[in-house]
Amino acid sequence: MGLEEKLPSGLVLTSVEKLAGYMRKNSLWPATFGLACCAIEMMAAGAGRYDLARFGMEVFRASPRQADLMIVAGRVSNKMAPVLRQIYDQMAAPKWVIAMGACASSGGMFNNYAIVQGVDHVVPVDIYLPGCPPRPEMLMDAILKLHDHIYDEKLGPNREKIIKEVELAAMNAVPTHQMKGLLA
Amino acid sequence: MSTYTDPYAASRETTEGTVFSVTGGDWDSLVTEIGQAKEERVVVNMGPQHPSTHGVLRLVLELEGETVTEVRCGIGYLHTGIEKNIEYRNWTQGVTFVTRMDYLSPLFNEAAYCLGVEKLLGITNDVPERASVIRVLMMELNRISSHMVALGTGALELGALSPMIFCFREREKVLDIFELISGLRMNMAYIRPGGVQQDLPAGALAKIRATVKDLRHSFKDNENLLVGNSIWMKRTEGIGYLDLAGATTLGVTGPVLRSTGLPWDLRKMQPYCGYENYNFDVVTADTCDVYGRFLIRVNELEQSLRIIEQAVDKLEKLEGAPVMVADKKIAWPAQLALGGDGLGNSLDHIRDIMGTSMESLIHHFKLVTEGFRVPAGQVYTAIESPRGELGAHVVSDGGTRPFRVHFREPSFNNLQSTSAMCEGSMVADIIGAVASIDPVMGGVDR
Amino acid sequence: MSSENGMFGAQGTGDTSGYGGLVRTAASTGSSERPYGSYFDSVTDDLERAYPDFADAIERVVVDRGELTLHVKASRLVEVSMILRDKLKFEMCLGVSGVNYPDDKDRELHAVYPLLSMTHNQRIRLEVSVPDSHPHIPSLVEVWAGNNWNERETFDMFGIIFDGHPGLTRILMPDDWQGHPQRKDYALGGISVEYKGATTPAPDERRSYR
Repeated sequence: MGLEEKLPSGLVLTSVEKLAGYMRKNSLWPATFGLACCAIEMMAAGAGRYDLARFGMEVFRASPRQADLMIVAGRVSNKMAPVLRQIYDQMAAPKWVIAMGACASSGGMFNNYAIVQGVDHVVPVDIYLPGCPPRPEMLMDAILKLHDHIYDEKLGPNREKIIKEVELAAMNAVPTHQMKGLLA
Repeated sequence: MSTYTDPYAASRETTEGTVFSVTGGDWDSLVTEIGQAKEERVVVNMGPQHPSTHGVLRLVLELEGETVTEVRCGIGYLHTGIEKNIEYRNWTQGVTFVTRMDYLSPLFNEAAYCLGVEKLLGITNDVPERASVIRVLMMELNRISSHMVALGTGALELGALSPMIFCFREREKVLDIFELISGLRMNMAYIRPGGVQQDLPAGALAKIRATVKDLRHSFKDNENLLVGNSIWMKRTEGIGYLDLAGATTLGVTGPVLRSTGLPWDLRKMQPYCGYENYNFDVVTADTCDVYGRFLIRVNELEQSLRIIEQAVDKLEKLEGAPVMVADKKIAWPAQLALGGDGLGNSLDHIRDIMGTSMESLIHHFKLVTEGFRVPAGQVYTAIESPRGELGAHVVSDGGTRPFRVHFREPSFNNLQSTSAMCEGSMVADIIGAVASIDPVMGGVDR
Repeated sequence: MSSENGMFGAQGTGDTSGYGGLVRTAASTGSSERPYGSYFDSVTDDLERAYPDFADAIERVVVDRGELTLHVKASRLVEVSMILRDKLKFEMCLGVSGVNYPDDKDRELHAVYPLLSMTHNQRIRLEVSVPDSHPHIPSLVEVWAGNNWNERETFDMFGIIFDGHPGLTRILMPDDWQGHPQRKDYALGGISVEYKGATTPAPDERRSYR
């Protein structure tokens, strides 16, 4: 990819990581992917009272080619899922996804034939935001957590190391329904 | 240049001709290829992800230059199977599903459903007056917040950016009232079969009065900006023409029908929830175009404010009256109260059901787990939502679950008229016409 | 018309409460007797006068909860609709609602058309019943153009085929979907919900009250 991926591990890479992270998080441009009720709360978050412009995010890019962040706001039906994947593919790396609302995170209250039970069946998700719909302040909290996440993102050999560790942990993890709850 | 090939970029031959995907940076090659093609007409796909199509609507346009020769709408991208889901829940839980259909006017969905259930139960006259007045109050507030989104997003799609900010600012004031009364800004599940979920909290009436005064003053911002604005009028006058004959045969209702000059408003013609006791006018226009519908929505805001003021006066006189039907076998049993840890079951109610009254405990248990039974039959109730006639066809087989609930959504029928409105006009006019229909895709697809 | 066994939804779960033996039959609404009340008498009289084959085409007249339902034979639907639209001034049809009654032998699929007369401020309802084996109903797109999408939706959800419809295709489900979702024999299609240490079955498989 870019020059920053080719730097060897060390002090220079760490500084570049911090700089790149700072740049990326402060001008994250979302792609419009408002589907249902959560889209209205997302528009309210972008409007006057809960202002997303203070985080550099007031331009909701219509074209996914120019966007970094896809906020999947609303329920994704089986008919819409291929379109969702196509939009995600058209975004240029680095890209992040926030699953906004219960329907995007897990299918929400619509556990039926028509709704994809969580957009992580279709795209990789970075932040899951519960709520039906989540308040604009909750959306901003999710975005700020994503900002911290982006700031700490590693590049080059550090990134590959982290990816390997995460994958190994995921492969050895106990499935959720076999985990013991608080009582056991 | 990278060697990464975009799977969506290549032009490919299909049975319908050559399909191009425009990905950016390739305009020259696109124009050359189209120029070499024999076809004069181009089929363009707008959406389903598009900033101007008012939600997940797919418009397939056949263009000859800038003129549209055919418009077809592709819908179903938000189909949630709500109607089937309700068949597996009891009657009261149906409210929480129904409220998410047309998500900009959740209280209207709830009201249509609850009026249908009450008609089946036969308790339409037993719903307390205070509950009906609260329903009217909440519905008119919802009408204001829905029209704000319609005006704001309509203006945004036609290029005016400030009305969007103004409208959402006003909408936030209305959402504050919703939060005060029902606890949620959207999708409140506040109107239940038999009445409303809980009474207004202290201070609500004063806040509503203050907000109404504030809104009357702030609506002028939008009016001054757009009404009579020559650019706005050039964009909207004569666009999206649909006359009375077209509207009635297509089943179009709401502001689109009233823009043809016919004063058809179910609140006046077939009143429900006590609407016959309120003074308000039915707003019409006679230009049958986008500008007429815009003016109707702006003026309906003032009429809603009038109704809200009258409702608040009525509520002051009905202080202390019940908000749920008296029949304990139907009335939702929970009494909520604000405690130290938020809103929850009131301690008085818990003391009552656990300590004092066996019947209350039984009712609470049976109503929450099993739900009430509704005698078999079918009804169709219709109310006037901000988009038109919202009808609920409710069928019961005598059980605790709805047998079939079908919603006649105004946006579904209104959107059909897009072809009639737009064929022969320019591409930019389609946006205006769709914005004037104000479809909410959650209602269209359910 | 239909009977239900047991108190709880799921069968065969070893329920020892004794409520498993309950049998409830739902009675079907029969025909109503004249006088029907309010404007229903004048509407049926006008229709009978304007349409001589009234007795043959209209199977049943039901007045229930303040609403008039005319059960029409599928073959006569277009004629009756034309007369209702032109002579009785029911200008607006508010769509088609499909209902699936699996226990109603040979009349499993119903299509319900609410009609509105703005001139007289009246509402009535037409209901057509067709069997599963031959689910064909003539299309009303030529009478009220707004029924176009509504009939497509009823076809998509129930499988009722509207003869004469200009383009009967799926509208809400993806174009290559198999099956008609809102029929009673089509499963809800949910998945079991995963929690820490347990899973909860999907809504149509849970034990619950009927």
